[in-house]
Amino acid sequence: MQPFTSHTGIAVPLLRDDINTDQIAPVQSMRNLKPDYKALLFMRARRRDDGSEDPDFVLNRPQFRQPGILVTGHNFGAGSSREAAVWGMLANNIRVIVARSFADIYRENCLQNGLLPIALAAPDAEAFEQRVVAADGSAPFTVDLSTQRISGPGGDDIAFELPSADRMRLLEGLDDIGLTLKHADEITHWERQMAVAQPWLQTACDRRG
Amino acid sequence: MAQTLFDKIWDAHLVARRADGRDLVYIDRHVLHELHAPHAFEQLDKQQRLVRRPDLTFSMQDHTVATRPGRDDATNPSGAAFLKAMREGSRRNGIRLFDIDDPEQGISHVVAPELGMVLPGATHAVPDSHASTVGGLGALAFGCGTSELAHILATQVMALRRPKRMRIRLEGRLGPHVTAKDVALRLIGDLGVAGARGYTVEYAGAAVRAMAIESRMTLCNLNIEMGGRSGFVAPDESTFSWIAGRPYAPQGAMWDAAVAHWRTLASEGDAAFDRDHVLDCSGLEPQITWGTDPSQVLAISGRVPDPSAAEPSRRAAVESALAYMGLTPGMALTGLPVDRVFIGSCTNSRLPDLAAAAEIVRGRHVADGVVAMVVPGSTTVKREAEAAGFDRVFRDAGFFWGESGCSMCAGGNGDRGEPGERCVSTTNRNFEHRQGPKVRTHLVSPATAAATAVVGRIADVRRLIAGQA
Repeated sequence: MQPFTSHTGIAVPLLRDDINTDQIAPVQSMRNLKPDYKALLFMRARRRDDGSEDPDFVLNRPQFRQPGILVTGHNFGAGSSREAAVWGMLANNIRVIVARSFADIYRENCLQNGLLPIALAAPDAEAFEQRVVAADGSAPFTVDLSTQRISGPGGDDIAFELPSADRMRLLEGLDDIGLTLKHADEITHWERQMAVAQPWLQTACDRRG
Repeated sequence: MAQTLFDKIWDAHLVARRADGRDLVYIDRHVLHELHAPHAFEQLDKQQRLVRRPDLTFSMQDHTVATRPGRDDATNPSGAAFLKAMREGSRRNGIRLFDIDDPEQGISHVVAPELGMVLPGATHAVPDSHASTVGGLGALAFGCGTSELAHILATQVMALRRPKRMRIRLEGRLGPHVTAKDVALRLIGDLGVAGARGYTVEYAGAAVRAMAIESRMTLCNLNIEMGGRSGFVAPDESTFSWIAGRPYAPQGAMWDAAVAHWRTLASEGDAAFDRDHVLDCSGLEPQITWGTDPSQVLAISGRVPDPSAAEPSRRAAVESALAYMGLTPGMALTGLPVDRVFIGSCTNSRLPDLAAAAEIVRGRHVADGVVAMVVPGSTTVKREAEAAGFDRVFRDAGFFWGESGCSMCAGGNGDRGEPGERCVSTTNRNFEHRQGPKVRTHLVSPATAAATAVVGRIADVRRLIAGQA
C-alpha cells in the first residue's frame, strides 16, 4: 500500500448526508472486471438525462476538475461494501475524505487503500466546510497525517484525530496481510485447539458422501 | 462480568491482538461471490499468497447470473467475464464453486444456511454488506470489501475493532400478513440509516422467538440498512431442528456435542448492552418505503410526509426524495399505480417468502400493464417451490418465474426496470437508480408485493384478503 504522509489538493464541497456507494460507484458501471474507475465516480450525478455533462455538479465545475480532497456530510459511504467506491476516489486523485461521519465498511475500505478518512466533529466540521465553500477551489488545502492537521486558506490549522493504529498503518503503508501473518503460529494454534473443542467449526464438508 | 452472546462468540474466536491494536477474529466460513472475488484472487496471485483454508471457503455465482430459463454465460454478456474469472480463481485455489448450472447454486446468503454451512456461534464473512443475513441462525457475520476478502483468504482471520453492543427487543405479536420485513423496515425508520453504526445488534424478545428461521434471516439481512455490520438472533430449539440433517451440518456424535454447546449460546441475564431499544410489534402494520433510503418508510395506511414538517436538517433530503419518487406531500401510497413488481433477493426469496406471496396470488391474476417477477433465492428453493406447486400459481397468474440469483436487487445481471417506472420490490435498497436509471423503488414484504401485483396499485394485503381492495 502507498504510504500516506500528507496530501495537498483542491477541496471539493459535496455537503450532503448519507451519500451511498450506489451513488459513488453504481453497480451498473461495473460491466467488466476492469472498469474505468475514474469515469465511474459519481457517474450518474455527473451526467444529465441526455448523457451530456451536468455543469452544475460540483466535480464538473472548472475549479474542481482536479480534486484532491472530498468534503461531505454524515454517514458517507453507506450501502454496498463494493470497494470500487474507494478505487474511484483514488483514480481521481482524491486521497482524503473529510466527513461528519463514515459508514463502517466504507471507512475500512478507505484504510485498506491508503485513502485517509477524517471524521470531524460539529464545530470544526462546520468551520472547515465554510472555509472550503469560501475558497471555492481557488487555493488548495494540505492534510498532514503526521501532525494530524489540516491547513489552508481562510483560517488557522484544524486538528483531527485518527486512532493511532490506523494512523500507523497509513503512515507506513503497512501491508495488512503481512501484519496479520506475523501471528501465523497463533492462528495455527487456535485451529488445533478448536479442532478439539468445537470440531464442527473446523470441518465444512458435504456429508452426503 | 456477565457476557452478552456477542462477547462469547467474539472471545471464542479471538486469535490474537495485533501490534496495531486490532483483534484478529477467526472466520469459520467464508463465502465468496463473482462480483468481488476475482479482484481478490488477482491480488493474492500478485503477492504470491495462497488461500489458507480452501476447505472452509465456498464460491457462489449470484450477482451477475441471468435469471432467464435455459441461461448460460452468454445470456447476460456483461456477466460472462466475472463468471469465468470466478471459475478459474476457484479452481486455481481449490475452492468448491457453486456454478451457474449447479443444482445448489443461488444467492450466497440463501445457499450457505440451507446447506448447513452456517452454524450457531460460528463466524462468517462474505464480501457483501448483507452478510449478516445468516445471523438468523445465531452466527456472527461480517460483510467486507475486496481487500478484507483477500485478507481472509490469506489468513482466515479478520483484523477488527471490537464493536459496541446493542440489543433490540421485539415485543408483542405480529398481526396477520405482517412480517419480519415490516418489523425491520419499522426499526430502520425509527433508528435511522446510521442508527446501528458501530454496533453489533442482538435481536431478542417474544416476537423474535415466534419467528420462523427464514424470518429471522430477513430481520438480520436488513441490519446493514441501519448501519450495523453484524446482527443476530440467539439460537434456540427451532434453530437446531432447522439445521439438523442439512448436508454440511455435523452428524451423529458430533451433532450431539454441537447442540450441547449451542444450548449455552445466549446472553446472560444481567449482561450489559451499550444500547437497548424496544419495539412493540403488536399493532404494527405492513410497511412500505416512500423515499430513496430504507429509513424513509411508513405504515401502509400512512401518508407521505410534508418536507415543511421535517427537521430543518432533513428537509432538503425529503424534498429531493419526493421529487425523485414522483410523490406529493400528504398523499397516500395505497392506490398508486405500479409498473413492476419484484419478489426475490437475499432479503425475501426463501421458501416461506414465496409461499406467503403464492397464498395471495392463488386464484388471482397480475393486473394489466404490470410486469411481475419471482426469482427464487437458490436453485434448491426453486426446486422446493416447484414441488409445492408455487411456480404454477405464479405462472398462471402472469408472473415471470426465473432461475435463482440476485437479479433486480442491484441489477448486476441486467434485470432492471425502465426509466420512470414505479417498482414495488421485496429487496433491501430503494436508492436512486439502483433498480435501473430513474426507477422508483418501494420496499415491501412478499405479501404486500403480491397484493400490489394483482391489484395493479399499491395495496394493503389485509384489505385485499378481506375483499376490500
